[in-house]
Amino acid sequence: MSASPIHRRTLAGLAKGLKQREFSSVEVARAFLDRLESSQPDLNAFVTVTRDAALASAAVADRRLAAGEGGPLTGLPLAHKDIFCTEGVLTSCGSKMLANFVSPYDATVVARLREAGTVMLGKANMDEFAMGSSNETSHFGPVRNPWDVARVPGGSSGGSAAAVAARVAPAATATDTGGSIRQPAALCGVTGIKPTYGRVSRYGMIAFASSLDQGGLITISAEDAALLLGAIAGFDPRDSTSVDTPVPDYAATLGEPLAGLRIGLVREFFDKGLDARCEARIREALAVYEKLGAKLVEVSCPNLPLSVPTYYVVAPAECSSNLARFDGVRFGHRCEQPRNLADLYRRSRGEGFGAEVKRRIMTGTYVLSAGYYDAYYLKAQRVRQLISADFARAFGECDVLVGPTSPTPAFPLGAKTSDPITMYLNDIYTIGANLAGLPGMSIPCGFVDGLPVGLQLVGPHFSEARMLNVAHRYQTETDWHLQVPAAYA
Amino acid sequence: MSLSRSDIEKIAHLARLELTENELPVYVDSLSRIIDFVGELDRAQTAGIEPMAHPLPGLAQRLRADEVLETDRHELFQRNAPQVEAGLYLVPKVIE
Repeated sequence: MSASPIHRRTLAGLAKGLKQREFSSVEVARAFLDRLESSQPDLNAFVTVTRDAALASAAVADRRLAAGEGGPLTGLPLAHKDIFCTEGVLTSCGSKMLANFVSPYDATVVARLREAGTVMLGKANMDEFAMGSSNETSHFGPVRNPWDVARVPGGSSGGSAAAVAARVAPAATATDTGGSIRQPAALCGVTGIKPTYGRVSRYGMIAFASSLDQGGLITISAEDAALLLGAIAGFDPRDSTSVDTPVPDYAATLGEPLAGLRIGLVREFFDKGLDARCEARIREALAVYEKLGAKLVEVSCPNLPLSVPTYYVVAPAECSSNLARFDGVRFGHRCEQPRNLADLYRRSRGEGFGAEVKRRIMTGTYVLSAGYYDAYYLKAQRVRQLISADFARAFGECDVLVGPTSPTPAFPLGAKTSDPITMYLNDIYTIGANLAGLPGMSIPCGFVDGLPVGLQLVGPHFSEARMLNVAHRYQTETDWHLQVPAAYA
Repeated sequence: MSLSRSDIEKIAHLARLELTENELPVYVDSLSRIIDFVGELDRAQTAGIEPMAHPLPGLAQRLRADEVLETDRHELFQRNAPQVEAGLYLVPKVIE
C-alpha cells in the first residue's frame, strides 16, 4: 500500500502519508495539478485551475504539519464545484451570466474546508446553474467521462465526478438538487453523498431550487466522504435552512457490523426502465449485503413514479424565482448598449443564460403564473407530500433503501440533448430523495461494458452516519471503488 | 396541452428574457412537451393533502434577531458591477 503512487491513494491514504512524512503537501498538490492540467484537453473537468494558490496553501499546510499543528485534513487537496463561491476566484456556475464573476467571499463549505487546512486545486466544471444531467449545458463546454471520453460524465456535478474518477483530484465538493451528486458519481464510478436537506450550509452556494438544493461530496470512498462530511456539516447562522443538530463523528461508526440491517428494496426502483445488466450488478451487490448479515425486505413507494413530473414543476418554479436576481445591474453579464431598463434586463438575461436554463425559467414562470398556480404548483406540492409519506412508511419497515442510482450506464454525448424529457428521466431514481429531503449516496458496484454502475442508498433524515457505515462495509468487501480508467491509471 | 407562440412570448416577457426568432419555435415545442409531461400529476389523488413547502417535517423558516451583523463592503461588492459611479449602480435612464 505504501508503494502506491500519490494519485492512486484515497484521501485517507494521503492523510496517512502526510502524517508519516512519506511526501509533503506541496508534492501531493503538484502531483494532482500536473495530472489535472494534462487531463483538461480530454476531460474539461475544470473551469479554473488555481495552481499558484494551491501550491501556496500546500506550503502553509506543510509548515503546520511540520510544527505538529495540523488537523486530520491539513494538506489534503480537493476541487470545488464552481457553484460554490470562492473569494477572489472566478465563480461561474457554468454560465456565461457569471463568466466574469469573481466572488467577494467564500461559501461556508469552502471556508470550513479552507480552515481545516485543505488545498483547493481548482473549480470544477458543471451544468449551467446545476441544470442538467449530462454536463452538456455548461457554457465552458461539456465534461467527458474518463471511462470513455465519447460519453457524458452525468450531471450536474460532472466535473467533480470526472475529476475524482480520473484521479486528477482525490475529492471534490458537489451539489444535488435532483440527483446531481449521485448520478454523476454512478456514471463515473465514484462515491457520492447528498446529505439530508439542511445538514450542510448553503451560504455561498449559488441557489437553483431552494427547497431541494443540498451540498455534498464526491470522493473515492465512503471513508473519505466521512472525513470531509464531518468538516462541512453543521449549523450555520448564515443559512436560514441550516438545521441545528449535532454532527456525529462519521468516521467512528464506519466499521459497525451490518448484522440485522434491514435493507428495503423499493419495488418502483426496479421498473421496466432499468437496464437489465445494471439490475444484475445491483442484485450482486445485494448478495454481498446478505453475506454481511443484512436482510432484504421489499417495500413500495406507489407515488414515486410521479417524482419526475413533481420535480419539473417545483424545481423550475423555484429556479425562476432564484434566477430573477440576475438582472445585469449588480453583477454578471450585461448586454451592450441597452436602450432602456427593460431592454437591459431582457437582453442581459437572454444573452447570459443558456438554452436549458431559459427553458427552466420559463417553465417555472408558467407554472407560477396567474391561473396556473393551483393546477401545477400547489398540485405538485401535494404530490410531493404523498411521495414523502411513501418514504416515511417505507422506513417503518427498513433501515435503508438500496437500489439503482441511474437507469443506464453513461450515454454518448449528444444522445439526449434534443429531447428534454428523455434527459429529465435520467434522474428518475434520485429525485425522490430530494423531494423528501432525505440523504442519499451512490457507490460503485461493478461495470457494464466497461462503464461503471452505481448503487444508490437512501436513508431516513440525518442518518448519514449509518449510510456511510453501510457504504463502507460494502467497500471493504469489494474494490469497485478503487478501479481507475486505464488512461488514468 | 399545446402552448402557442404568443404563450411563449408572454412567458418570456414575464421572465424578462429576450428570445431570438430561432429560439421561439424550440421553446414552443419543448415547453408544450414539458407541460404535457407534468400534466401526469393530475392522476394523483390529492384531495385533503396539505401542500408540502419544506422537506423536513415540523421545521419552519428560522428567523434571526434583528441585529446588525454585516459591515459596509459595498466597494468590494461593486467590483463585480457592470457600471458604477460614486458608489451607485448605473442603469439606463428610467424617467425622461
